[in-house]
Amino acid sequence: MSDVLALPDYTEMDPAVAARFVRLKQRPVVLEVDRVGKTYASAKGPTTALADVSFQVHRREFITVIGASGCGKSTLIRMLAGLEPYTAGSIALDGKPVSGPGPERGMVFQGYTLFPWLTVTRNVMFGLRMAGMGDDEARSQAQQWIELVGLARFADAYPHQLSGGMKQRVAIARALANRPRILLMDEPFGALDAQTRSQMQSYLLQIWENVNITVLFITHDLDEAILLADRIVVLGAPTPGIPHGHLMEIIDVPVPHPRSAEQLLSPRFLATRRRIEELIHGGHAQSTSDKLPMIKMTQAGDEVV
Amino acid sequence: MTVGVPATPWFAVRRELAPRQRAVLALIAVLLPLAVWSAVSYVPWIWHPMMMVERGAEDSYLKPGTLVEHGAFVRENQRLVSAGQVPATGVPANPVFLPAPHLVAIALYQAFVTPPRLRGDPWLHQSLWQSIQVIFWGFTLSALVGVPLGVLCGTFAAIARVVEPFVDFIRYMPAPAFGALMVAILGINDAPKIAVIFIGTFFQMVLVVANTTRQLDRALLEAAQTLGARNRQLVTSVILPGIMPNLYSDMRVLLGWAWTYLIVAELIGATSGISYFINRQGKLLNFANVYAGIAIIGMIGLVTDQILSALGRALFPWQNQPVGAVTRWALAIIGFVPRVVLRTVARNRAEYQRSQAELLARHRAAAAPSAPHVERPETPP
Repeated sequence: MSDVLALPDYTEMDPAVAARFVRLKQRPVVLEVDRVGKTYASAKGPTTALADVSFQVHRREFITVIGASGCGKSTLIRMLAGLEPYTAGSIALDGKPVSGPGPERGMVFQGYTLFPWLTVTRNVMFGLRMAGMGDDEARSQAQQWIELVGLARFADAYPHQLSGGMKQRVAIARALANRPRILLMDEPFGALDAQTRSQMQSYLLQIWENVNITVLFITHDLDEAILLADRIVVLGAPTPGIPHGHLMEIIDVPVPHPRSAEQLLSPRFLATRRRIEELIHGGHAQSTSDKLPMIKMTQAGDEVV
Repeated sequence: MTVGVPATPWFAVRRELAPRQRAVLALIAVLLPLAVWSAVSYVPWIWHPMMMVERGAEDSYLKPGTLVEHGAFVRENQRLVSAGQVPATGVPANPVFLPAPHLVAIALYQAFVTPPRLRGDPWLHQSLWQSIQVIFWGFTLSALVGVPLGVLCGTFAAIARVVEPFVDFIRYMPAPAFGALMVAILGINDAPKIAVIFIGTFFQMVLVVANTTRQLDRALLEAAQTLGARNRQLVTSVILPGIMPNLYSDMRVLLGWAWTYLIVAELIGATSGISYFINRQGKLLNFANVYAGIAIIGMIGLVTDQILSALGRALFPWQNQPVGAVTRWALAIIGFVPRVVLRTVARNRAEYQRSQAELLARHRAAAAPSAPHVERPETPP
């Protein structure tokens, strides 16, 4: 078909980008996920949500995890956060096994989860106060993080007075204030409108570039996954062959840094996008499964296409 | 033709009304029951199933001031006429249990300003004050134990599994049934009354508070955990502040229950308080006074609830509930009523004391000549 772009192979990249990946993979490993799986008891007997997922996250790396619904990406991040136990394999942060939630793994949820009874400042101070820091010290540190996410004017506002994007910026500041080793983000921009979402992606990239932070970011949005990531972990939903969520591929994103929304239409970006689509939607299976069993309900001669 | 936002329809599913509409409806809510009551009381052809005899008849039970059924009145008059006697006259009236609004209003006023019949008996406001104290202690004790226990049940399944079956079992037992037992254990004064209110509210409170605690968004707890909060910190820094507004409204609802149990509680042991007043007036068929007593309880309830509601908004600014016009009115009105009542009570009390003092002085003056050097004010010569 002539109207489909001829794209490069998604594994090809510029020498500078390739060199960056070499350096990146030499950095120390922050998070080690080794053959992790989760089986839970259900009414139909033991069900495996996820099995045999392994990957490493290096210091200051930005990893996104993408997959169709049902692939277990939320289960994965909740296990990493320690909010759900894993039943197979191991998860280690800086070599220490993960058991239960802890402040060294900060988390940003899709549903904001700000404490509605606390002001923006108090929300950001929360983790520091839990760690036993004094009120004044916690406050001055919180103020820095609030300034970093551009909300100094709203420091004394309550969450209900903020827009969705602002709430999520507070949630990010709140997680960062704890200086976590890794920031886990569970579809954090999923509830935002397209424009705010794009703005938040830009903010997040700026923060990541300027703050010593490693990010693991879950999303179901292909563009978001590619735009933000150094590497993308692609998870597959259960298929007749593999009856549980599983790791399909870890993609080194060939799009050079610094990233911006203009790159969404670059050939390397689109090549990566096409590859992920193939993985998630099983290549051509999409076009047949998209067909509805239609009966014509319009009059002859009234065609729209 | 008007252009712009159309007015809010009066009946729109789950939509708030315009402030003006709310004000109108609030006014109707107050005036409509009052109007119905007034209509039934003052319009002679609405209801009025009785006749109040004005001019009595000889050789008949129809004496002036007697209240008889309409049918009986007509029959008796027919009998009198056929016997060649002058029939009685009367005006339509309502049964004794439905006094007119103005009579209740007068009774309400009179109840406060009438001195007790026996010396040592409490004034109405003293009875009320005693009732309020019983409620306060019963409810406070119940909350002091019930709220922490409920929060623990809602937080830790291990505690809930032990406590809730027991609580669930007892809460179906009617609290007044414990009255006699409480008197045997605690004596006849205020203690058993406080105990009945405690029993009536405590067991409900544990379950309600536990449920409210469980309603707290789990995601907030998870967020707190990823921020480093541990068990104890989760309870003190997330669960308690998080459930506080709902806990507060639970307490408002349960306080209403406490008033319900008060009426029973005050009848056990040494009867006292506002229910003693209501009961006694009921036995004397002074139904205007009965309604006055009930109205007093209603007003106290309304006043406390409105105060608590306003306080709640001040305590939880993050809940974003604007103070409505109705609440502002209610606060203005309830601020006004107690001032008037208190002033009247104080004035009448002063008058009563003055008259007692005068009486005493007169006694002394009468006693003085016979025993000039001995102070014996109380004993007559």
